[in-house]
Amino acid sequence: MGLKIEGNSGYPLEKQIRSWKEIVQEPISKLDNDAFTRVRLILMNGLETEALRFSHACSRMNRDLQRVLAEIRRVEQQQATTINWLLPADQSPLETTIGYEQVAIEVTAAIAQQEPNPYLAQVYRFGMLEDFDHMYRYSALMDRLEGKDSNVILQSYTDILPGRPTIIEHRHPFDDVKNPYDRRRAEPISKLNALTIMAAEFQTHDYYMNIGPLFADPLARSLYAEIASIEEQHVTQYESIIDPSETWMEKWLLHEANEVYNYYSCVEAETDARVKRIWEMFLDFELGHLNMVMELFKKIEQRDPMEILPSHLPNPIAFESQREFVRNVLENEVNLSADGPNFVDRSKENDRTLRYRQQLNASGSPSEQVAAGYRWAPGTELTRKRYAM
Amino acid sequence: MSNQEPVLGRNRTGIQMSPVHSKEMIEGIDNFSWDNVPTSAEDPEGIEMDSLRNAHAVGSIPVPLTVKGMAKTGLEKIKGDRPELFVDKLGERLAFERSGVRLYEALLRKCMAENSLPPAIDIVRLETIRNEELEHMFLIKHCIEHAGADPTALTPSADVAGVSSLGALQVISDPRTSISQSLEAILMIELADHDGWDLLIDIARSQGQDKAAQNFMDALQAEARHVVEIRKMLKGTLLGSRATQL
Repeated sequence: MGLKIEGNSGYPLEKQIRSWKEIVQEPISKLDNDAFTRVRLILMNGLETEALRFSHACSRMNRDLQRVLAEIRRVEQQQATTINWLLPADQSPLETTIGYEQVAIEVTAAIAQQEPNPYLAQVYRFGMLEDFDHMYRYSALMDRLEGKDSNVILQSYTDILPGRPTIIEHRHPFDDVKNPYDRRRAEPISKLNALTIMAAEFQTHDYYMNIGPLFADPLARSLYAEIASIEEQHVTQYESIIDPSETWMEKWLLHEANEVYNYYSCVEAETDARVKRIWEMFLDFELGHLNMVMELFKKIEQRDPMEILPSHLPNPIAFESQREFVRNVLENEVNLSADGPNFVDRSKENDRTLRYRQQLNASGSPSEQVAAGYRWAPGTELTRKRYAM
Repeated sequence: MSNQEPVLGRNRTGIQMSPVHSKEMIEGIDNFSWDNVPTSAEDPEGIEMDSLRNAHAVGSIPVPLTVKGMAKTGLEKIKGDRPELFVDKLGERLAFERSGVRLYEALLRKCMAENSLPPAIDIVRLETIRNEELEHMFLIKHCIEHAGADPTALTPSADVAGVSSLGALQVISDPRTSISQSLEAILMIELADHDGWDLLIDIARSQGQDKAAQNFMDALQAEARHVVEIRKMLKGTLLGSRATQL
């Protein structure tokens, strides 16, 4: 059983403002740090940017909450800065992209296995296989364009193989909208899982939209455009599994609880002592935020926040290679597609998706072009039997 | 002349293109009350110097994990040599040559797309150079394996060289850049490549790796030829027949 929520008041908000030197710290080493430290940095930046996104949306709709939202949001913005600035400058945008896809594969696979609701678990497996394919396409791009091996970033934790081909991941928007969990019946962990993956996918979409134009190579620019479009689909998918009838306060409470849960998971798994201290500090910060929001919740909603929250945090997220699980899903579910909220065999795709896809791929497919004939080998052509000129 | 070779046009970046606005801007600077701006007591180099003094290396040189490699490295260390420097720089050359192949492939694509290729561009020679970069890569790979090290590892010098080369890649892979602009980027790479081999030969000799140093001499000579040939193609592309007269 994980950390107890009640009675853990965390660090007081008024003491959470740090100096620039504390906010901006020396980055990790691309070469020496464990890949899962990078995975956690990327994931937690996603969590913090989701915290900002939610807080701004909530602020726009709730005049009475604006001051307290602003106060907590300021600290979360500084937490996001610390985390994202830990990524080193010698890690190129394409290498960071590989890190993002590793998050999308390994964390989504871990979440899919800890999800008690079978429908939601299916949603995660479905999205994971698509990100798995993105990894293959980006690895092909890295080899073709830069002559580099993406496994330098992955450190052999994650397979580099085709998944559900990106070219057929394009679906009509209606086929990305899923059924939400029921806020009254869903397990707390289901609510947290959904927030975690939605946050990760949202920042992935934003990241690709920002860095895509930084590439000079036309194929790279097109590939980022294509995969960013899929990430938009994924955000639509994961956003839709969250019950929209949750109140603003309920959603805020869950966001803070989820940050606590994720930082707790990071603390439990971190191997880098310096980064671990940051996770510990931010876990304390978030417990401070959660307690403030719990008090607000009592005042505004006149009910006990523990009706929504678990008494203890669930078991931490397993930050480890999910290779066997991913391979099983690949074997059994690669042919799945979606018809509205339901998952169907590819042969049963509806016309709107087929028409949409045909239109989008009418002039060819960047994801197909980039990976034509690509097969990962350690060190690119170093260990290939033959090198085709 | 290729389509992407720059010609006269409406370049807006200089102040002479905006005489009215630039006059207003300059007046604004001149009339601003600079005396009212408090002089900062902060040292503008504070953050830089602090980081420089406290930063750690980008990463470490991988320890050879094969029995043969361990034994060899251990033996060298007893002698007081620096086999890790040799491994680090071998890794650098390996990554450099491998990325160099991609740069030539991008340049060749650019040349293939050109309807009227400048006479100074010799496609066959460019392909030969590309192939030689690939041969060099395999030469280094075998040397790394012989030393018991892992050719798939990214050494710190390889990592840093990758950062240095990214600008050239951005130039050459951009469809808007001309062949001559791409040749300038390749020339920068070739100059660095030549000196990289020169340095590697010195390091090999300092580590008692005379046989490896001897093997590298051919590569060094090839790289010297690359520099001369690319320089010639660059000048020929920009100056045509006048290039040879200079």
